Amino acid sequence: MINSSIKQLAAMLASKQISSVEMTREFLKRIDQHNPAINAYISLDRDKTLTQAAAADLRIAQGNAAPLTGIPIAQKDIFCAKGWKTTCGSKMLANFTAPYDAGVIERFDATGAVNLGKTNMDEFAMGSSNETSHFGKVQNPWDRSRVPGGSSGGSAAAVAARLCAAATGTDTGGSIRQPAALCGLSGLKPTYGLVSRYGMIAFASSLDQAGPMAKSCEDMALMMNVMSGFDERDSTSLDRAKEDYTRDLNKPLAGLRVGLPQEYFAEGLDGAVGTVVQQAIDEYRKLGAEMVDISLPNTMLSIPVYYVLAPAEASSNLSRYDGVRFGHRAAEYTDLMDMYCKSRAEGFGSEVKRRILIGTYVLSAGYYDAYYLKAQQIRRLIAQDFTEAFKKCDIIMGPTAPSTAFKAGEKADDPVAMYMQDIYTIAVNLAGLPGMSIPAGFSNNLPVGMQIIGNYFDEARMLNAGHAYQQVTDWHLQMPEGI
Amino acid sequence: MSLSSTDVKRIAHLARIEVSDADVAASLQKLSSILGLIEQMQAVDTTGITPMSHAQDVMQRLREDIVTETNQRELFQSLAPAVQNGLYLVPKVIE
Repeated sequence: MINSSIKQLAAMLASKQISSVEMTREFLKRIDQHNPAINAYISLDRDKTLTQAAAADLRIAQGNAAPLTGIPIAQKDIFCAKGWKTTCGSKMLANFTAPYDAGVIERFDATGAVNLGKTNMDEFAMGSSNETSHFGKVQNPWDRSRVPGGSSGGSAAAVAARLCAAATGTDTGGSIRQPAALCGLSGLKPTYGLVSRYGMIAFASSLDQAGPMAKSCEDMALMMNVMSGFDERDSTSLDRAKEDYTRDLNKPLAGLRVGLPQEYFAEGLDGAVGTVVQQAIDEYRKLGAEMVDISLPNTMLSIPVYYVLAPAEASSNLSRYDGVRFGHRAAEYTDLMDMYCKSRAEGFGSEVKRRILIGTYVLSAGYYDAYYLKAQQIRRLIAQDFTEAFKKCDIIMGPTAPSTAFKAGEKADDPVAMYMQDIYTIAVNLAGLPGMSIPAGFSNNLPVGMQIIGNYFDEARMLNAGHAYQQVTDWHLQMPEGI
Repeated sequence: MSLSSTDVKRIAHLARIEVSDADVAASLQKLSSILGLIEQMQAVDTTGITPMSHAQDVMQRLREDIVTETNQRELFQSLAPAVQNGLYLVPKVIE
């Protein structure tokens, strides 16, 4: 059961081979067994979870099942879920119980999916290794001494270790795609504005976007059908006609023009990772795709631009944590200013503080034009690179991350080295485009991810490309040993 | 681009984060290396380029100015570190 697709699980539920309560108990049992070591989940609430499963069984019995009814899904701990502890991986929110549901949670609840628990993550989604979480690091199920990637590292490890049927993640600079690559699963960051940010704890609002993390592209298409859609409570939510993301899954790929950006295969890419990605590209050639050489000349600038814009937006978003209405408050202080300063010093971890300080600096008087405005101008150049590229191709392929999973602690003391993990993913967020990672093979027994970047609103075509590959390969079905 | 200890203390004060001298010493080098990374932007000529603040070219939506939320004061205040008589408590700011 644990390696079954969502469609297969739904068929088991429909045929009464297993109930949602039994399926959920099986995953909870696996979590009890493996989570103490892997640490993929921060919070579990068996009563709430099993109540949802029982309700799903009733709905299935009544013949009202939707494709995800009764399917146990793990939720990244960045989504507010009413009555659930919602921490965002931070001491600041260690005792915060959400008083309302995020738009994403509402949608999963409405379709009858089962919330299995809240997954571990880098604090406030700031990190690429899950090592900044207040709730401890997460093990990569493929090699327990290595990181799962981040910031959605708990969700990635939970899917890889089959501790859920699928999970949600969020991606500001690569936080769905990079952990999906490092843990050997499929992850999709949709076009900015497709999935509601309401109730999703804000990091960098102009870049943050939620998406599915699952075993296959077919599973992700089913999840996108649930997750996406207009939400008037998110001012950047796009009011568009509802799409069926499964509609093109089985289209042939003949004639698909695939752009290969020269910058994504240049210096900085691990040689073995490059070889695996090239082999995946060869597989696409066999499927009838045509390869086109393209250039994204401003790729290297995406990192400096991101490390101005994201911290600037974060410093503003995180100013709400002042110890007054919710969140951590210091035990002792002399006056209001001291209360703010001590509460924030105690509640935030060092990476979050570092980014708040950078953001405060670049927005401070006299520096705005040199940093923030300049970064927004280069952001346009980066977006224009993609506009030019998509005149020559339908989708873009390349590596998701420059290397396979690295050892825990290896980059923890060097923020700039850590930031380079996102060299191939960040530009996609800056442009607001959809990006996806799928398993493409292994290097030294560690998963390698291939990235597929699409034009705006081209998720169905990307999922088609991923699904076609997953019909002729089985990388996505392989499981780590010992789970 | 490197920062001085005074710079870090000034920024930390603006960000309302208490920092000790040891914190400042520990973070100086890391903050400076990040600013060094950011400095790469200055080599790009951006004359005449319109800044991009948002991924989609859309207008901010407006809605009717009507009440859309129900009053949940007690639920929300149950999350607060200190409340009294329906009010959030903070240290005295007016003598």
